[in-house]
Amino acid sequence: MTTLTDPPKESFRLSMLIYDTRYRSATIQVVALMGFMLLAAWLISNTLTNLETLGKPISLAFFTEPASYDINQRLLEYDSRDSHLRAAFIGLLNTLVVAVLGCITATILGVLIGVLRLSKNWLVARIMTVYVEMFRNVPVLLWIVLAMAVLIESLPSPRAFRGENPEATMSLFDTVAVTNRGVYIPEALFHNSLGNIHLFGQSSMRFDISLDLVAFLVVLIAGLFVSNKIKQRADKVQEETGERPTTWWQRLAVVFVPIVILLAILGFHLGYPELKGFNFSGGTHMRNSLIALWLALSLYTAAFIAEIVRGGILAISHGQTEAAGALGLRQGRIMSLVVLPQALRVIIPPMISNYLNLTKNSSLAIAVGYMDITGTLGGITMNQTGRELECVVLLMGVYLLISLSISFVMNWYNKRVALVER
Amino acid sequence: MKKSVIFGAATLACMSAVAATAGTVDDVKARGKLNCGVASGLVGFATPDANGEWGGFDVAVCRAVAAAVLGDPKAVEFVPTTGKTRFTALASGEIDMLARNTTWTFSRDVDLKFTFVGVNYYDGQGFMVPKELGVSSAKELDGATVCIQTGTTTELNLADFFRTNGISYEPVPIETNAEAQQQYLAGACDVYTTDASGLAATRAAFENPDEHAVLPEIISKEPLGPLVRHGDNEWGDIVRWTLNALITAEELGVTSANVAELSAGTNNPEINRLLGSEGSLGEMLGLSADWAKSAIMAGGNYGEVFEKNIGENTPIGLARGLNAQYTDGGLIYSPPFR
Repeated sequence: MTTLTDPPKESFRLSMLIYDTRYRSATIQVVALMGFMLLAAWLISNTLTNLETLGKPISLAFFTEPASYDINQRLLEYDSRDSHLRAAFIGLLNTLVVAVLGCITATILGVLIGVLRLSKNWLVARIMTVYVEMFRNVPVLLWIVLAMAVLIESLPSPRAFRGENPEATMSLFDTVAVTNRGVYIPEALFHNSLGNIHLFGQSSMRFDISLDLVAFLVVLIAGLFVSNKIKQRADKVQEETGERPTTWWQRLAVVFVPIVILLAILGFHLGYPELKGFNFSGGTHMRNSLIALWLALSLYTAAFIAEIVRGGILAISHGQTEAAGALGLRQGRIMSLVVLPQALRVIIPPMISNYLNLTKNSSLAIAVGYMDITGTLGGITMNQTGRELECVVLLMGVYLLISLSISFVMNWYNKRVALVER
Repeated sequence: MKKSVIFGAATLACMSAVAATAGTVDDVKARGKLNCGVASGLVGFATPDANGEWGGFDVAVCRAVAAAVLGDPKAVEFVPTTGKTRFTALASGEIDMLARNTTWTFSRDVDLKFTFVGVNYYDGQGFMVPKELGVSSAKELDGATVCIQTGTTTELNLADFFRTNGISYEPVPIETNAEAQQQYLAGACDVYTTDASGLAATRAAFENPDEHAVLPEIISKEPLGPLVRHGDNEWGDIVRWTLNALITAEELGVTSANVAELSAGTNNPEINRLLGSEGSLGEMLGLSADWAKSAIMAGGNYGEVFEKNIGENTPIGLARGLNAQYTDGGLIYSPPFR
């Protein structure tokens, strides 16, 4: 008879960390982690010691000092007595403005071009191919500089609008002035303005919100909500009776009538730009630097988005198109109701990285003198205070935060449109 | 225990890293070339000619230092810098010295940790406008669009000037002088502002310089001079006394034409000390005895450099004015070679 005995219990020896396959991978990972942390610690400590030796220990005290420089493009009030932190904040808003504008335009253009590149019309398809290849293969900095140079050199300066027989005149019934300093368009003014709310008191992050704008948005959203309700009701009626009630005039009315009433109450009127002294004054000034940057970033990114859209559409089986055609749908509806919604699943993930690229590329703004956050915090502030490390680290942190936010929002959207698998 | 060993090793490593960057003069000698930061193209001050050879008033300082240290005025690697990149380039050691019409200010000296070794041009900020605008004073510039090089002291002065005079303006920040020129000429800005010497140099490069006027107001003091990093006094001394040698040479009448002859010995002891035939000033600097002679032969004395690059007979046409020797009523003054 044999007896079963437990195998002798091996006692743990240090050498097992290397020779025993059960522990080896963990050992390697722990050692690698320690090595990595050691390297990071060495870099950080080296930097700190060197800065200390230079007599420039890390400090953020400069943030509260007056910036002493002016920023032309600003959404909130700012003057040269405001702090460096305020200047950085103004720059951040400028970055966000150009990023948002750029992403919207690039998406619209990109989808259009991507679809047109698949067009059966030989000429249209070829032209779109040329566009895509041209923009994709030349660095975006060159497009920005080119756009700026074209705007500066080809448009008349405000001087040309002066005199008895001016060389240039304002367009659109004398309401829009296109100059080589930017485009001046009429601005919305209110006789009975509701005023502004001032957030955060007098701090560097103070933020004014126009109550007029808030009221406008509230009425608009409420109008759209009611309009949507009317549509749902119409859908329901259609399902029950097969007859779709005519609702377009109701839907238009609930959106527009309250807005018109609100504008009338607020005393809405337009402020036109007019030539005064050296420049046009009044109206809204869209600076050349913003236009050039926006244009170049949108056109450049649109080329990439077009390729993504084209790839997404090609990924949808042709059978889908044929099936939709067999149901009697027209070309345009096949694209918008059958192909694009399915293609979105392929399109969204690479689209996220293009939005990130556009936002990061906006840091080239300084090439045309647009004061984004790289121009303020990473440019003038860094230069005038000599705090290179602090400024650059903060700048990196800001871009990281923006990028992660975009990623987060787009990933959430991606989850929503993703194929639900059962 | 283990942690302290790691940190100890790390500290040791970075201390040795600091120690290695101490002697700029040794680095320059070992390299056989001086890395000198200059403007990225400002006629008369620093600009490459058709053959790519750098020349100009600031460039002459680089060449004199290279001649003093290495005996060869051509042993210079010119690094073009913009108003924004210059300080980082110097602080990081990419360049050994900066000679780029840079204003000596308190914060740059004390807070940015640089050492200004002297002044090679006394300047002030001015404004240039097209004559057709009919402006005769900077105070009439209310609402004007002003082109301004970003990251400079002029940017700060501009904000202060308009603020104290209670008038408004629209700044157009640009990176280099060339960009400013393009925007200004295209009418994208009404006014260009920078140091008066820079305005003169820029205007000289225009097709029709007569159509542009420099307004009478000078709104700031801008003492321009070469600078080095804080903490390397030996190197600072070399650059400082090379500049002083050029200035003293003019004062004593030593020119590039007669320096060879005078270096044999004269009965003026100061010339002898300067040119190394008497005393051991070169040795004290850690250079050869004829260091100042080489520096002067590189491009001539201060006056010669001035006349050749930016003086009244050049297109830039700057008068000596404040930049005359103190003996002629100017501010240019070198401590004695003794």
